[in-house]
Amino acid sequence: MSLWNKHAIFEKNSIVLTVGILVVVAIGGLVEILPLFYLKSTIETVEGVRPYTPLELAGRDIYVREGCYLCHSQMIRSLRDEVERYGHYSLAAESKYDHPFQWGSKRTGPDLARVGGKYSDDWQRGHLSNPRSVVPGSIMPRYAFLAESALDYRHIRDSMSVLALEGVPYTPEMIAKADVDIKAQLSPDDPSVTDLVKRYPKAVAHASLGGDIAVTEQDALVAYLQMLGATVDFKLYDNKANLR
Amino acid sequence: MVDNTHQDIDAATGTATTGHEWDGIKELNTPLPKWWLYILYATIIWAFGYWILYPAIPLPGGHTSGVLGWTSRGAVQADLADLRIQRGAMVDQLSRSTLQQISADPKLAEFARAYGRSAFGNNCAPCHGSGGQGSKGYPNLNADRWLWGGTLDQIHTTLVHGARSGDPDGHEGNMPAFGKDGLLTKEQIDAVANYVVSLSNPTTADVSAGKLVFGENCAPCHGENAKGNVDVGAPNLTTKIWLYGGDKASIVETLVNGRGGHMPAWKGRLDPETIKALTVYVHSLGGGQ
Ligand code: HEC
Ligand code: HEC
Ligand code: HEC
Repeated sequence: MSLWNKHAIFEKNSIVLTVGILVVVAIGGLVEILPLFYLKSTIETVEGVRPYTPLELAGRDIYVREGCYLCHSQMIRSLRDEVERYGHYSLAAESKYDHPFQWGSKRTGPDLARVGGKYSDDWQRGHLSNPRSVVPGSIMPRYAFLAESALDYRHIRDSMSVLALEGVPYTPEMIAKADVDIKAQLSPDDPSVTDLVKRYPKAVAHASLGGDIAVTEQDALVAYLQMLGATVDFKLYDNKANLR
Repeated sequence: MVDNTHQDIDAATGTATTGHEWDGIKELNTPLPKWWLYILYATIIWAFGYWILYPAIPLPGGHTSGVLGWTSRGAVQADLADLRIQRGAMVDQLSRSTLQQISADPKLAEFARAYGRSAFGNNCAPCHGSGGQGSKGYPNLNADRWLWGGTLDQIHTTLVHGARSGDPDGHEGNMPAFGKDGLLTKEQIDAVANYVVSLSNPTTADVSAGKLVFGENCAPCHGENAKGNVDVGAPNLTTKIWLYGGDKASIVETLVNGRGGHMPAWKGRLDPETIKALTVYVHSLGGGQ
């Protein structure tokens, strides 16, 4: 009897079949996934990438909650037309503190990976409240309610602690100062901003328009949008040395 | 694999069986069509070619990089370099010429306008409108009413450094919040608003009280004759074109809360040739001086 006829052992015994499947899948996994953890070409440390400030993190949570990723990707692919339109292609390191990442693949609207700093805060607020007020033909929904909803950041320290467990380098100090940092990032002229920038290099403080509400969900979302893709200085990034 | 030692023919269908039998049910031997199999084999051979030419197999210290030396980032950089060569001669000329030379040379100016128009659609239209017509808070670029000046050089400076953009060389200086900061009383604001409305909508009503307030508080920036001053970004208030609205309510709002539009600096985002092309394009929109 040749070896080919031994398959009856697998086909007639479910435990043997299960173990067999596990072994085959594990080999596939080892060959395809494991190298990603040690191959130099898939791991890149990039100057400037930093964890989100507490306000940006809260804004990111709103981005996820509102499902902005259903219409917007955050991944400039390394293709000519994309680089021409959106700027430098995305680096894996730029989303290394994203849990979960927002790469997406659906582009009803434009890619947002480098939208930070492209428009003013006023434009972002006006556009979120009513996209048609600035882009007449836009089919993006209105998110006017974000300007009237107070940001609930009671759990921001817990979120940061969980992210720290997942490998985001939030220090105990960053976590302890989360509330202070949220207020600092909305007080552009306050001395506390210096502290914030020390903890989170290049963080930008934004004027809050909250009025009676101290911190709105819109404030947080705008702070998040305005830092997207803006932390890496591509003048200092060596394209030639990082071919992969 | 079929065990050919069993050549058992199924009575009902007349097809050979594989010899496998479970609970009295026999498996018919209906192999895949030959053409399909050969395509499968061809793709397997193709894969070997791929493995040799392109990066493929992970090894303990790295991975095979393929004899072509291809990388996805290298590929996009080569594509971009091709694009630069395609545009080469003209873009080179843009980079070497002054703004005045560009707009004086019909062929180069035409290229600059086309190049500028496409960059405008992507970067500027969301604020200034697709034709540069503007909207509330975002100035109309078609009209000869400039905040910061409409000559090629003035437009270029605005594009490079922006206005209230955080760029140290950007335009600075706001329209003060006369109401909120208590610089003028309600009555004074009302009077001066009537006067400002009358500048573009002549009226027979008496606006002399407002004119007085204007002379004392507004003339330093907007000028004695209210025709504006591009050095401080104070607009001409005598035309029918408005940034924030020319009806009395809007003007009162401007006076109470102050204004200060934010135009981003494009220095780091766009390359110098694109900014030059945009300058020539904006200048050509109808308001260029
Ligand atoms: C139904 C699809 C849809 C959803 C959902 C959506 N957008 Fe959009 N978005 C668009 C479209 C289409 C545009 C392009 C037209 C425009 O600028 O309004 C756009 C444009 C934008 C822009 C301007 C991008 C640029 O470079 O010009 C930003 C910023 C943006 N969206 C943010 C958001 C955020 C934040 C959310 C979630 C709160 C969101 N969008 C949800 C469709 C969508
Ligand atoms: C975030 C919105 C925004 C974007 C994007 C934007 N602008 Fe502006 N721009 C403004 C605002 C607001 C002003 C008015 C500034 C002020 O009030 O002093 C302005 C002013 C200008 C001026 C000066 C107008 C004057 O009257 O002096 C020019 C020229 C101009 N923009 C061109 C451009 C070009 C070209 C682009 C694209 C590269 C662009 N803008 C992108 C918002 C924007
Ligand atoms: C410190 C200089 C300064 C002074 C003083 C000043 N303005 Fe202005 N004003 C500006 C600037 C700068 C702008 C443009 C704001 C912008 O671009 O966002 C402006 C804008 C305006 C506008 C809006 C124009 C439009 O197109 O919507 C009105 C109206 C106006 N000023 C009226 C006044 C009046 C009336 C006074 C006196 C009570 C006054 N300004 C005093 C600098 C000044």
